[in-house]
Amino acid sequence: MKIIAIDQSGQRHELEALEGWRIMEIIRDYGLPIKAECGGCCCCATCHVYVAPEWLSKLVPPNPEEEDLLLDAPDTKANSRLSCQILMSAELDGIEVVLAESAKP
Amino acid sequence: MMESNSQNQTDVIIVGAGPVGLFAVFELGLLDLKAHLIDILPKVGGQCAELYPEKPIYDIPAYPVITGQDLTDRLMEQIKPFGPTFHLNQMVETLEREGDLWKLTTDMGQVLCAPVIVIAAGGGSFMPKKPPIAGIEAYEGKSVFYAVRRMEQFRDRSLVIAGGGDSALDWALNLQPIVQKLTLVHRRDDWRAAPDSVRRMKELVAAGKMDLQIANITGIKGENGQVEAVVTDKGDLPCDRFLAFYGLTMKLGPVANFGLNLHENLISVDTEKFQTSAKGVFAIGDICHYPGKLKLILSGFHEAALMSQEAFRICRPDQKLRFQYTTSSSDLQKKLGVA
Repeated sequence: MKIIAIDQSGQRHELEALEGWRIMEIIRDYGLPIKAECGGCCCCATCHVYVAPEWLSKLVPPNPEEEDLLLDAPDTKANSRLSCQILMSAELDGIEVVLAESAKP
Repeated sequence: MMESNSQNQTDVIIVGAGPVGLFAVFELGLLDLKAHLIDILPKVGGQCAELYPEKPIYDIPAYPVITGQDLTDRLMEQIKPFGPTFHLNQMVETLEREGDLWKLTTDMGQVLCAPVIVIAAGGGSFMPKKPPIAGIEAYEGKSVFYAVRRMEQFRDRSLVIAGGGDSALDWALNLQPIVQKLTLVHRRDDWRAAPDSVRRMKELVAAGKMDLQIANITGIKGENGQVEAVVTDKGDLPCDRFLAFYGLTMKLGPVANFGLNLHENLISVDTEKFQTSAKGVFAIGDICHYPGKLKLILSGFHEAALMSQEAFRICRPDQKLRFQYTTSSSDLQKKLGVA
């Protein structure tokens, strides 16, 4: 299983993903620039990513807490998600995300 | 030695009152070292209390599960015999060498001196997050604020408060009696705050003592840094003060300017004493870096124990360090108040 992560400088990384892991944890495990300061509690918005549009419909929709946090982030777009709220599964194999500027440590 | 500040002189000053800073009080206390703690938050517990008080933690030894708040409460109980002094709601601004001591100054003007400094600041200082409103910088510190330092600056003002958490509600309740007019704005009628605060806020709204507006803030109007209205999708809210509570984020802050060797925003330490590049200044917990470092609470506890040994040698150069167990040492048990 793979994740394609494009960091804030535009560099493309292909990451080996594990079923059931949060995408944030995989990105962090590879040492890419992601702050993720609350550690996956859905309370900070510093693991903010843009999901490539073709993958959006495959994701579980955001809960109200995630929606609130994204509304308060400075660089939110229509395809913004918190990567700690995306659990890796077979149908997400190959998912492409771009790390938001506000996720930089 | 400094005489003038003797009342503010202690053995060890700990920067950060999170779990690791709190446990350091215990390890230092067993060696008869007194500690003062400084934290930017108005409460102890650091990230555990601020970010995830209700969230279960599963990797604290001997606790199959414990919440961030419970862990904080237990640590406070454990360090009680050592009577630490807390300086909350203050941020350390400068660290300077003065004779044999280190001198710390906070943003509230507090000055503390000690031969040993322990930086246990986790992810750094909690700072308010800015609301995503274009051009708001021009108003900051003049008529728009993200924290309340002095309540008096809001007396007789027409105030808008934004947010749906404890900070927004607590300040709405505290400031309501002294402001001329108060409007609370939140996106939805759904609050992440103590139920009692929500109840009291709703009572004030029902009594006509404050306004509640469920709306999205889209902008700000004013001139020369003086706000005239907060713009929402339901219309303008005229005001002359705006307080926005959009949560907190962590930044390394002034610690970065202490002149210590850093490694990617973390403080480099050795793994024997957890001392930084400056003698007598230690770093433990999430903020320290060494090869193999894991950001775990339990790693911070270990670091606190080893740091304390060297802290003793610095604070008590003429005394012999004796290693004792709490299970058998009557001396330690006396300190703990159980003998």
